[in-house]
Amino acid sequence: MELTLALAIGVLIGSGVWLLLRPRTFQVIIGLSLISYGVNLFIFSMGRLRVGAAPVLGSGGAVNPADYADPIPQALVLTAIVIGFATTALFLVVLLVSRGLTGSDHVDGREPN
Amino acid sequence: MGWLDQILIVPIVLPLVTGAVLLLFDERRHVLKAMINVASTLALTVVALVLLHLADTPPADANAATTGVYLLGNWAAPFGIVLVLDRLSALMLMLTSVLASAALVFSLARWHRSGPHFHTLFQLLLMGLNGAFLTGDLFNLFVFFEVLLAASYGLVLYGSGALRVKAGLHYIVINLAGASLFLIGVSLIYGVTGTLNMADLAVRIPEVAENDRMLLQAGAAVLGVAFLIKAGMWPLGFWLPNAYMAAAAPVAAIFAILSKVGIYVILRLSLLLFGADAGASSGFGGSWLLFGGMATIVFGAIGVLASQAMGRLAGFYLLVSSGTLLAAIGTESVTVTSGALYYMVSSTLAISAFFLLIELIERAQNPAANVLAVTMEAYGDDMDEDDIQEEVGVTIPATLAVLGSCFAGCALLLAGLPPLSGFIGKFAILSALFNPEGPGQGGSVAGTAWALVTVIILAGLSALIAMTRTGIRTFWAPIDETVPRVRLIEIAPVAFLLMLCLALTVQGGPAMRYMDATAQSLHSPAHYIRDVLAAPRVPGPGSGAQQ
Repeated sequence: MELTLALAIGVLIGSGVWLLLRPRTFQVIIGLSLISYGVNLFIFSMGRLRVGAAPVLGSGGAVNPADYADPIPQALVLTAIVIGFATTALFLVVLLVSRGLTGSDHVDGREPN
Repeated sequence: MGWLDQILIVPIVLPLVTGAVLLLFDERRHVLKAMINVASTLALTVVALVLLHLADTPPADANAATTGVYLLGNWAAPFGIVLVLDRLSALMLMLTSVLASAALVFSLARWHRSGPHFHTLFQLLLMGLNGAFLTGDLFNLFVFFEVLLAASYGLVLYGSGALRVKAGLHYIVINLAGASLFLIGVSLIYGVTGTLNMADLAVRIPEVAENDRMLLQAGAAVLGVAFLIKAGMWPLGFWLPNAYMAAAAPVAAIFAILSKVGIYVILRLSLLLFGADAGASSGFGGSWLLFGGMATIVFGAIGVLASQAMGRLAGFYLLVSSGTLLAAIGTESVTVTSGALYYMVSSTLAISAFFLLIELIERAQNPAANVLAVTMEAYGDDMDEDDIQEEVGVTIPATLAVLGSCFAGCALLLAGLPPLSGFIGKFAILSALFNPEGPGQGGSVAGTAWALVTVIILAGLSALIAMTRTGIRTFWAPIDETVPRVRLIEIAPVAFLLMLCLALTVQGGPAMRYMDATAQSLHSPAHYIRDVLAAPRVPGPGSGAQQ
């Protein structure tokens, strides 16, 4: 499972960085989205990988922390997803404005000669 | 105490509520919106003053808490999230609210009406800034960082136009990529230490196992890169002059503090997490900051010399100031840090005033702006007949005379010449570099210190040359009929910021004492850590047994 997750993160971030360096705004926004997916998985993996363990403690009785998954990275991922979603949406608007103002989808607002 | 205990949350809640309330009013009621915004910003300034006073009050006895801690949700420190007020955060809050007041008053002349939701964005930016300065854990730092960035995305595009959209696009992409780095760094640090609270981190970092230390330092380095992008360290700062030049004048003026957020976090984290007590990780990243800062100064100084437009010049000067601060942090010396703090306040005020001034000056060079400008000059109403003068000597219109003297003040501050505060700041840094053992104690001056002194002085020279050249071209050029139309409400904020620099000069002694105390407590963070981790919970209304 560790290998699969590591490969997935690597592929997502690698493709994201490549797309981020492309000259078209649409490629850039897809690249940013892929990077943020990769980063979210990475945060998740930093809480150590567990299968079938609950992050929320049950009520009553003594608690053995080893039976539970780390809840903090899961909370962090939720926050990061929300913030990432909002900023990507905002970037999408700017991208459209730029396309409308300059008539080009190049990141510099004009086609290279 | 009572209400004083709750005042720590006010700098975050007040702008949030104001920003939300402002959304309820229609854009046509801009006078009402402006009034609410001004009232809130002034209230924020008062709160910042109170906090500054609280942070600087010495404790009653040696064991009393010197750091204000606010437990959000009333959970004890490493588990819940905290707001922390020490001298550094109080100083940054004060600087933010002062710049905000000046920029806001300036924008009332016309900018606030040239697009929707200026006031809301402005208040949310203040909320993000204040939150970033007050928060005591890394993840909330990320949240407040994103709040202030989201508001700044809106503000950098404010006023629209192809140039702004292009610069804004680059700005947004770079900051989104930076946010990813931020998250990677934070989660690496969490993965190694299992905590995000800054004080708790400082306790745990010396105990990190040998095998994990590389992972921890990688996380800290990735996190550092995210902040260095914001601070504009070479080679991460190419975006900065373009974005700041494209932004509207009041926006650029408040953005002068945005790059200082990066500096603030680096100063706080490098001294708290990798200070003298950090065991094997002590001093991590110091030489990177020192050499990176020097490279930034050189790059910024060349940019200052090469700039034709004044907005660009100010943008590059911001890089010089960032570089000076980063290099000063990199020297890891208490006295250099206190000089750097003074320099930071002075240079931020001066750059902010300069950004505002540029727009007023450039109005004369751009007739289109004159049409836009709301007329009703405060002075220079009857100066239009200057054309009759011949070789008897040039009468300078009153408006230009005022603008010119403000420009001269900015030039002195930016170049760091006496008698204004720019000189004191630089002098404090230089004298601390030459006296590593304390004043009059001698001690050998390291080679890097010589290099740093050289680049700081050369950067001052380049700023002086560039400002003189620009001043001659602008103010001594033949005056045609386009004397800029300036309203009192526009020049007053510039004069206010410059007067603050003057006050900082006159009150140099108390100001330096405050900076010394700040630097001292930053370099020995034991009190900070103890106060945060030992902050008592508030007993519940019924009993002490709440969960």
